Amino acid sequence: MSSKPKIGVYICHCGVNIAKTVDVEELTRYAVRLPNVRVARDYSYMCSDPGQLMIREDIRKSGLNRVVVASCSPRMHELTFRKALLEAGLNPYYLEIANIREHCSWVHKDKQEATAKAKKLLQAAVAKVRFLEPLQEKEVDVEAAALIIGGGIAGIQASLDIANAGFKVYLVEKTSSIGGRMSQLDKTFPTLDCSACILTPKMVDVASHPNITLLAYSQVESISGYVGNFQVKVRKKARYVDFNKCTGCGLCAEECRLANRVKSEFNMGMSNRSAVYLPFPQAVPAKYTVDPQSCLYLTKGKCGKSPKCADACPAGAIDFEQKDELVEFKAGTIIVATGFDVFDAARKPEYGYSDYENVLTGLEMERIISASGPTGGKLVLGKGDGEYVPKEIAFIKCVGSRDKSTGNEYCSRVCCMYIAKLAHLVKDKIPEANVRIYYMDVRAFGKGFEEFYDRVRREGVRYIRGNPSEIYRRNGKLVIMVEDTLTAKPLEDEVDMVVLGVGLEPRRDAREVIDLLRLSQSADRFFLEAHPKLAPVDTATEGVFLAGCAQGPKDIPDTVAQAKGAASSALVLLSSGKVKVQAQISWVNEATCRGCGYCAEICPYTAIEMVPVNKMGHQVTVARVNEALCKGCGACAAGCLSGSVQQKSFMDSQILPQIAALGGKS
Amino acid sequence: MSENFEPNVVAFLCNWCSYAGADLAGTSRIEYPPNLNVIRVMCSGRVNPMFVVNALQQGADGVLVSGCHPGDCHYMEGNFLARRRFALMRELLNFVGVDERRFNMSWVSASEGAKWKDVVTGVVNNLQEAGPFTEFPRKKIDW
Repeated sequence: MSSKPKIGVYICHCGVNIAKTVDVEELTRYAVRLPNVRVARDYSYMCSDPGQLMIREDIRKSGLNRVVVASCSPRMHELTFRKALLEAGLNPYYLEIANIREHCSWVHKDKQEATAKAKKLLQAAVAKVRFLEPLQEKEVDVEAAALIIGGGIAGIQASLDIANAGFKVYLVEKTSSIGGRMSQLDKTFPTLDCSACILTPKMVDVASHPNITLLAYSQVESISGYVGNFQVKVRKKARYVDFNKCTGCGLCAEECRLANRVKSEFNMGMSNRSAVYLPFPQAVPAKYTVDPQSCLYLTKGKCGKSPKCADACPAGAIDFEQKDELVEFKAGTIIVATGFDVFDAARKPEYGYSDYENVLTGLEMERIISASGPTGGKLVLGKGDGEYVPKEIAFIKCVGSRDKSTGNEYCSRVCCMYIAKLAHLVKDKIPEANVRIYYMDVRAFGKGFEEFYDRVRREGVRYIRGNPSEIYRRNGKLVIMVEDTLTAKPLEDEVDMVVLGVGLEPRRDAREVIDLLRLSQSADRFFLEAHPKLAPVDTATEGVFLAGCAQGPKDIPDTVAQAKGAASSALVLLSSGKVKVQAQISWVNEATCRGCGYCAEICPYTAIEMVPVNKMGHQVTVARVNEALCKGCGACAAGCLSGSVQQKSFMDSQILPQIAALGGKS
Repeated sequence: MSENFEPNVVAFLCNWCSYAGADLAGTSRIEYPPNLNVIRVMCSGRVNPMFVVNALQQGADGVLVSGCHPGDCHYMEGNFLARRRFALMRELLNFVGVDERRFNMSWVSASEGAKWKDVVTGVVNNLQEAGPFTEFPRKKIDW
């Protein structure tokens, strides 16, 4: 340590947030008496300009060399105050924060108890700050490329924004085409734009953009490295179709022996495709894919004398010898836009989704209504001679949302409006149809939503407040058992068809992404943002951003807005070209290191290597930290038997005084 | 032990999950007993078992180590290391005659403000029953 510690203590009132429960004047008087403390001041808002100025002036005038701020959580304002130290010419790591708001004034009521606790927390911070050491922040270059995971509207929008700014984009999509859920929708609320009409131009832009490398039918296999320098490995799954030769003519699909015998995922299993397929007509890239799960040649090893698709292809593009390909590249930043799954309606057995073919989910209804859907846009049920036009149609809202019994407490945010839209489209196609909607609440919060809801009601759609308890079949009709909670009357409603307003859920394969990127989940199991209000697209992993429904249910305008937000955050990194790396990393005292290698074994990032050194004429091995790889978890420091490995700013010699202070008076 | 005994608890919380969870409890104004004071570390894997012994020696009646849920560690496997270390540590404390209620571990995520309250309340209640730390003489270190 260079010079004797001269500590300044700054106690924030945070308006009344702290001052109401903690006696800040008493705390200030207490602080002055602590060892090495030169000045202690309290102020209404320490984070404000005058508050910071107070700290800077004291550093300059009183020659302070350590600062303790007793305020909100360090997760909130540590960086703010570090900057203040830096501006006053002090190393920013000579700062310790005592969290007397989130951990004290906000969780306790008794002023005496809270003040006593604040004193302890402050004392511990002062004890630690005396032993802090100056750290140097290093800058590393940012690889001028972004990885975007997920090719729905969020991923598409983020890709286009970053690519248009002049940076390289790798867009990885799991399925054989980009477009995501939005491509399955018919019209979009509240403006009734045709979903495909507004989406497909963007999809084509992605495919033709010189800065975008589209890796469709691919999956991210591994990601290592850190912000600015992620190493990405992507598995391009074998399509069994030569990407460059395929012209998308579709002759292979026509000739396939399984033509119209494999369920189409795009049409929610309500129509059939071939084993070699294009998921939907506007798919991008417009290249066919052989489905390895159903193709006879790939599953049985035999398809007649020779596979008919290969015989039919005029370009000779079918290639059953094709293997998965691994693509490796570097990216400076990552955007996660992996989207959502719809709630599985079979989990609400009382609604009979698994039992009755005329109970459908909202997404299935989208496909039936869509001109590119299984019925060509005609709203008919049944097949062949049994085909009929439903006249009595009911919608049920909040299926799998706002429902503790399914584990989904949250509101899915889109169902109210997509049901209003579907109801409108039903009235549009069958004007004489009787449409009713069973609802708990109507949440028409967005721009133009309330007006649309009003319009739908004026068109004759009835809203009945009540949550149906059961659906069963009677004389070929569906009967909905429900209580109208506005009139407190039980109803038995006989209908031809029921559409379930299923909610949005985290993707069932979300775990894979969590494991790749160390993301956290919030209580609703969607990915957790760094701060719910001020960092809604950031994650706890630096350089990794969230966009779209992966972070929580949202509609298309919100998804696009968030994707643009994530793209702008990514662009901040990409365009500045430099990023500061973690300074609070591990450090080895080579003089006492005995070279056992435990730390190297413990390190999850292989950031410690054992190197030979010459100690007073003897060849010995010691541990050495690779500063670029170390993430600063400190696991090695806890594992070191001789205390030779230490984590900067979290050294034993800094934590032990904190413990002693919290232990209380001797 | 008497209901009036107010135990002193030192807690080590990882920055990414448990500390954030405790912050959320604050933001959500969830009240809990004031007996527990937090030391922030970047990862529960940083907590040296020596810290636990040290805390008891320095005047704590109990210790809590809290990290991310197993599998959710920000540093991939730090909480697994902590779990292994403290399983051993607990046996050792048992062996030397320290009441096992004095050492606690929990997994609290950044979104579990309410759980943090339950954890703190549980630890404090247990220690109220266990009473003051008298198993070994204390020796205050002056830093």
